[in-house]
Amino acid sequence: MAKITFDGIEVEVEDGTTILNAARKIGGKVVPPAMCYYTPLKGSGGKCRVCLVKVTQGSAKDPRPMPKLVASCVTPVQDGMVVENTLSPQVLEARKGVVEMLLINHPLDCPVCDQAGECDLQNLSYEHGTSGTRYEEERRTFDRQDIGPLIQLHMNRCILCYRCVYTADQITDKRVHGVLGRGDAAEIGTYIENVIDNDFSGNVIDVCPVGALTDKTFRFKNRVWFTKPVDAHRDCPKCSGKVVLWNRGSDVLRVTARKNEYGEVVEFICNECRFEKKEMSDWIIDGPRHIARASVISANHYELPVVNPQIIADLPESTTKELHLIPRPI
Amino acid sequence: MGLKILTEHINVPGINTLETYRKMGGYRSVEKAVKTMTSEEVVEEVKKSGLRGRGGAGFPTGLKWSFLAKPEGKPRYLVCNADESEPGTFKDRVLMEKIPHALIEGMITSSYALGARTSYIYIRGELMFVLRILEKAIAECYAAGLLGENILGSGYSLDLHVHPGGGAYICGEETALLESLEGKRGNPRNKPPFPAVWGLYGCPTVVNNVESIASVPWIINNTGDEYAKIGVGRSTGTKLISASGHINNPGVYEIELGLPVEEFLFSDEYCGGIWKGRKFKAIVAGGSSVPILPGELFLKTAEGTPRLMTYESLSEGGFVSGTMLGSGGFIVMDDTTCIVRNTWNFSRFYHHESCGQCSPCREGTGWMEKILHRLEHGHGNMHDIDLLVNVSKQIEGNTICPLGDAAAWPVASAVRHFRDEFEWHVKHPEKATAPGAVYSGAEDLAFA
Repeated sequence: MAKITFDGIEVEVEDGTTILNAARKIGGKVVPPAMCYYTPLKGSGGKCRVCLVKVTQGSAKDPRPMPKLVASCVTPVQDGMVVENTLSPQVLEARKGVVEMLLINHPLDCPVCDQAGECDLQNLSYEHGTSGTRYEEERRTFDRQDIGPLIQLHMNRCILCYRCVYTADQITDKRVHGVLGRGDAAEIGTYIENVIDNDFSGNVIDVCPVGALTDKTFRFKNRVWFTKPVDAHRDCPKCSGKVVLWNRGSDVLRVTARKNEYGEVVEFICNECRFEKKEMSDWIIDGPRHIARASVISANHYELPVVNPQIIADLPESTTKELHLIPRPI
Repeated sequence: MGLKILTEHINVPGINTLETYRKMGGYRSVEKAVKTMTSEEVVEEVKKSGLRGRGGAGFPTGLKWSFLAKPEGKPRYLVCNADESEPGTFKDRVLMEKIPHALIEGMITSSYALGARTSYIYIRGELMFVLRILEKAIAECYAAGLLGENILGSGYSLDLHVHPGGGAYICGEETALLESLEGKRGNPRNKPPFPAVWGLYGCPTVVNNVESIASVPWIINNTGDEYAKIGVGRSTGTKLISASGHINNPGVYEIELGLPVEEFLFSDEYCGGIWKGRKFKAIVAGGSSVPILPGELFLKTAEGTPRLMTYESLSEGGFVSGTMLGSGGFIVMDDTTCIVRNTWNFSRFYHHESCGQCSPCREGTGWMEKILHRLEHGHGNMHDIDLLVNVSKQIEGNTICPLGDAAAWPVASAVRHFRDEFEWHVKHPEKATAPGAVYSGAEDLAFA
């Protein structure tokens, strides 16, 4: 076990844990953002550089600070390490710089982007970016590529996190897409036009932090904040069948995997569940999906009676059980 | 004439053949090492020599070797980084082309020291003809029993392979090189873990520059203490300097570290002064990645002490008034050089060669190039100059590998030392964009 101090808060984690995961153990506002790191995908991380933190003390044995800011998602903790994230102006400055870099060539077509409302880049720029841009040059664009009838690729929006590449490597049995070219001409693509087609290919949509890979069957159907997310499941021979349905009235507009609070897929789902089961009768509803209060999707989305948590605690157990009341900070 | 360690026999006819090379005393270090020394003793000698990595960073080679992890049941590798692509640096190519056996001898001795059974030379793809020279030399060694099973009857076996890269600058970064060698896309890895623990195919690996490896035989033959006597302070031994640009005698020179820079630049034995009798304006001292310096700051530090050709002396004054020895690629510029154009050119290179893995470098190098393009072509604004410095600060230190730093330093230093020239481009775009126009001093900046 290693004990580290993160933003002045002590936390004890297993050896070999990354700084980011140690911070996630603390939770709350001190957790650095992550655009490329994805816990279920081995080898991901270190690329987007938004999770940079300052290590002011390397370890108890060697108290020297690390010379540069380090990517918290790939740097393992050492016993006695002291890390600064929100406390360090240098880190916040660097993060602002990285967000600016991510945005200079981003098309900013949020009004027509299906990811808008659940986009990590939107959240990131809202929290850490600046309101204006200093970039006067023409934005970089790529030629359109068709990668099949199920997945829409918008390369202009891509931030090259490599998550979809790792997903195809680790979840599916054959990867047909990858990163072609280098520098700012690097793009996600299939070498010589190819269709991404296998049972689990749809998961690249869920892992994509931006609107570069979106669901073609949901394309321009609705804005996510008008849809109502509900947890549902079905008996699926290929996957766990645990999904989130995004409904408008009684229409199932979109099916996605369930994600945790850091936007990471809990269980990957198969293409049959995602693209073919679009009837309410296909699913058994588990209940409303919990959406963070800060998210735009939570507008008009009621999942719990608004009750003071203290009152719930005082209610008899039989009542809370019947009403599915779970004390949750509101 | 200074002492020559690497290039002593470079002009001997037929030195590229094993026969002549052995006649000149070649492969003595292999015999000495594998027959009379343990591998630890060889590492110890190199440590004592104070030899520092010649690829640019100047990390002590012996120390790097001693960091190599030695887990049971895993092979160890030595990889020679011959992917010399830094603009302004061309020393390794000369060494490999003229005396291929110097590198191979170094590889065998070093591999023995590290306990490697297989070693690789990763050579730049553009140097295909050098690869053929090396392969021929390696075949000679196999035939003579210097490579392969049971070298010189000592029981030590080594296989040596030459592998060409695809021509990407980034593959000169050690972890990108290893990825490329494994057959993957040449993206630098996140560190830690360092190659000494997790290198080629996940095994402990040492990556060394050609020149560092080629220096090892002399150290083994003459002991590390002798090597440490050459040079000044912590900069020991000799170094190959590739001098190019506006000088009378461009070329590759072997110098003893500690030579005064003034002597190197102006004596006829070396560079022979600035060509056509022009003024010395600026210099890039260690390949394009290091900060550019104005001539006067290069010859003397800010305090006025004359600089020497050592790692320490060149970096005196930090990045405010110093630079780095780097890989020893001297690019000398006379007073007809436009610094803005030169910076734009360097920036174009880094934009083209960024691997595109991490965001600050992928986006920032392109941005800097576009701003510099605007400034050079007379479309810049005053605030562009500050923006340029700011963007370079956002890249520096925030990337996976040092390419981000390498792209940021030349830009930041050019603005630091030649800001008036940038301002001249903004204030007098018609003058600055005229063919052959060069900023000639403060009077140019005054309003006409």
